[in-house]
Amino acid sequence: MGLITRLALQLAQMALMLALAPLLAGFVRVLKARLQRRSGPPLLQIYRDLAKLIGKDAIIATDASWIFSTAPYLMFAITWVSASLVPSFATDLLFSWSGDLIVIVALLGTARFCQMLAALDIGTAFGGLGASREAMFASLAEPAMLMIVFTVALVAGSSQLSAIATFMHEGTQGLRLSLALGLVALVIVALAETGRFPVDNPATHLELTMVHEAMVLEYSGRHLALIELAHALKLILYLSLIVCIFAPVAIAAPGAGPAALALGLFAYLVKLAAGGVLLALFETAIAKMRVFRVPNFIGAALMLGLLGTLLLFVSASL
Amino acid sequence: MCAAASLILGGVGGVLARRPAGRMIVYGGSLAIAVVALLAALAQLALGIAPDPLVVLPIGLPHLGASGLGMQFGMDDLAAAFLIIANIGGAAASLFALGYARHEAEPWRVLPVYPVFLAAMNLVVIAADAYGFLLCWEVMSLASWALVMAHHSEAATRRAGVIYLLMASAGTLALLLCFGLLAGPAGDYAFAAMRAVPRARWIGSAVMILALLGAGSKAGLVPLHVWLPRAHPAAPSHVSALMSGVMTKVAVYAFIRIAFDLAGPPAWWWGLVVLLAGGMTAVLGVLYALMEDDIKTILAYSTIENVGLIFVGLGLALAFKADGMMAAAALALTAALFHALNHMLFKSTLFFGAGAIQHATGTRDLAQLGGLIHRMRRSAVPMLIAALAIAALPPLNGFASEWLLLQAILLSPALPQFGLKLAVPAIGALVALSAAFAAACFVRLYGIAYLGRARGTAAAAAQETDRWSLSAMIVLAALCVAAGLLPGFAIDLLAPVTHALLGARVSTQAGLSWLTIVPVASRQNAYDPLLIALFIAISAVIGALALRRFGVRITRRAPAWGCGYQEFGPPARTLITQYSPSGFVQPIRRVFAGVIFRAHDEATLPLPGEAHPARLNLRWSDPAWSLLYAPLIGAIDWLAGQTNRLQFLTIRRYLAFVFMALVALLGWIALWG
Repeated sequence: MGLITRLALQLAQMALMLALAPLLAGFVRVLKARLQRRSGPPLLQIYRDLAKLIGKDAIIATDASWIFSTAPYLMFAITWVSASLVPSFATDLLFSWSGDLIVIVALLGTARFCQMLAALDIGTAFGGLGASREAMFASLAEPAMLMIVFTVALVAGSSQLSAIATFMHEGTQGLRLSLALGLVALVIVALAETGRFPVDNPATHLELTMVHEAMVLEYSGRHLALIELAHALKLILYLSLIVCIFAPVAIAAPGAGPAALALGLFAYLVKLAAGGVLLALFETAIAKMRVFRVPNFIGAALMLGLLGTLLLFVSASL
Repeated sequence: MCAAASLILGGVGGVLARRPAGRMIVYGGSLAIAVVALLAALAQLALGIAPDPLVVLPIGLPHLGASGLGMQFGMDDLAAAFLIIANIGGAAASLFALGYARHEAEPWRVLPVYPVFLAAMNLVVIAADAYGFLLCWEVMSLASWALVMAHHSEAATRRAGVIYLLMASAGTLALLLCFGLLAGPAGDYAFAAMRAVPRARWIGSAVMILALLGAGSKAGLVPLHVWLPRAHPAAPSHVSALMSGVMTKVAVYAFIRIAFDLAGPPAWWWGLVVLLAGGMTAVLGVLYALMEDDIKTILAYSTIENVGLIFVGLGLALAFKADGMMAAAALALTAALFHALNHMLFKSTLFFGAGAIQHATGTRDLAQLGGLIHRMRRSAVPMLIAALAIAALPPLNGFASEWLLLQAILLSPALPQFGLKLAVPAIGALVALSAAFAAACFVRLYGIAYLGRARGTAAAAAQETDRWSLSAMIVLAALCVAAGLLPGFAIDLLAPVTHALLGARVSTQAGLSWLTIVPVASRQNAYDPLLIALFIAISAVIGALALRRFGVRITRRAPAWGCGYQEFGPPARTLITQYSPSGFVQPIRRVFAGVIFRAHDEATLPLPGEAHPARLNLRWSDPAWSLLYAPLIGAIDWLAGQTNRLQFLTIRRYLAFVFMALVALLGWIALWG
């Protein structure tokens, strides 16, 4: 495959992530509304919201510094780049080797760092509240995620996502206890990191319960649009991560022809839709937790991840 | 050549010590000599120049062993690596001090000792015999003690000085015993002779434990760390930077020199012991840091965390070495050494920044600060870079070394011992936990000190720091970025060191496309910070351009929403509607510190109708003190009380004691003589 084709595929992956992210978030929102017997917003409402926000003035708090206005660009760029590093419809894209799974996790940490700084920058109680809770969640979610990375990387013999997807696609690993633990842990971490139920409520503005919303309360206009987009990208990133590791069905191998690529793309869309349905079902079925129950919830993910890794250290076949 | 440069450095200290007005000369001279020593060490490692033969000085202990003629100095590859660390830190601290030290109230307490401290650290690293090593080690300890005591009028500083002196003596005692065991009955104190002597396994193990105690107490391993967070912040800021950034690395050097070079082949459990010590230190260090409100104390505790990470790398390397997996050992050792370099870079920057804040506002208490980014515009940027780097975030250097460490952990299921198999995943979780805590810790430090609104009048009137200080911070922050984007060069630079110690090296990174790093060639796990940084920059620019093209560009300023408290009321009341440093960390404290530190928040709220403010009382105790040191102090006190009786005996009893001692000694001779 020529360099141009590979470059085109890589760019297609970036564009796909960007284009699909609001759609996925909107899809989950619509499904949730239907499940709760509300009519809900139209499927494309998030795109309209983004367009509306871009067309509005950006208002910056009086005491904010350049960090407040730079952070949205960085958060958006970092989340977009890390989402593009996750194989969606094809493995081994041109630049997929430039960071392994550990790097992706850490990049999301950088985005979070920017967001927490921006939240503290405005100098209100809400910013501090959001940042402080986010710091607590992150201090459990990040180690949990790394333990999951360890589990998966030890099974697949590589921490490179393309290699993991290829390994899982071949199916030689069979059914593994450690992978099952890793899957449960990854779902918990994904819920926590994307600010979904039961950790955070993406629709709330009640100060007792806000986490993510409290941090972005002062954002408006184009800055808010970037943050919303970054948030949607994070959701699609985690969903892609789960399906790429645990269900790499029909993902296009390196050097695949157009037919295989189309199949991979179709399969990816189906997998995303299925993931969205499951997420909506889960969110409808469960209530939000008190803030100080959340550490137990994410702590369970950490323990499961640790257990998975431990099993693999003790025996390579578990 | 390097030995000569360092000796000149000592000479400069001696000559200029008596001139209180010689700030420019002392710090300028230190800067120049540190740069020369740095270049010499860099040249040896990068260009592969063979080390100079040992320099034997005509002074030393007489009649000790065959080569006991004098102290020996020489720069092998390991020494060169640590000379690079020591002299980048030394040069930067001298540059910073050129401006910063003008605020020193009593410069004659700092000026004479500062070059001696620098010289001693250099000499410890290049010493090639135990006598020279221990002598320079003690000079280093005493010089740093004198620098800590520069502000001796404060009671806290004096207390810190006492504890430091005690812990330093205990550490040196451990090292003294360690070298005694290494020298053996032949008593040859040259390192070359120690390497050649075969010794029993248990002696090697005792040597390792003693080295861990001796070097660990200087480096700040928990629970030997208690002096560090008291002593480091008490010194002037450029000295704090040296103590945290460089002196702890000299201690790491001492441990590597003894455990990897002199002690002989390791047993597998050495790695386990070091791993456990390192993992515990990493997590506890950063948890302590989260609980503190004083900027420099936070930085000192975070030093403990980073030392823990370095020791995790060293422990892994020892375990791999014991099992003959030399390539993996080389990776773990490279990660540890690279992290040592990185920690020196960002921790020095942060201490410089803390010094600038202290000078600008007169306080180090986070609860009094805020909004400094508006007043200290330029120094806020290197501080931000250093905070990102120490929080182990890509694409900066702290993450690069942690990534290498995690890659080494991924290789460890191949270790055969069951104890290691169980411990290493837990250590991996501890490393990840400490990285996440570090991010929270430095969001708190930076966000509360530099962002938001000023919490006190001093912070509202702060001034930017001087140009010398600023340039030192910018140089180090630039090095952080460079080491983060181009870690391959650092790995290649450290390759001769691992080759000398382990006979293996991490595969050459220089020829890889796009300057990526692939530490284990067979696994192809790659990290390319340069490319990722480029992508992020391009994506951010694309976003900005798209918004410019399609969006509205108008930006307005308006007050933030603070439930009505923001605009009204006296300034003092509106300012405290922000989060306080201890409020920020309350969730983490509640989740993690409740058990370990027995942290307890007690809020007393006014009853309805009462006018006095609500009070929050926060209590926590240090487990190292309550579990280890307090009983120890009690035991020593009790023992001293008991022995005190011996002072008040009658002459008959004293004579009886002398007689019994004589009988016992004669009996000893009769039995074993």
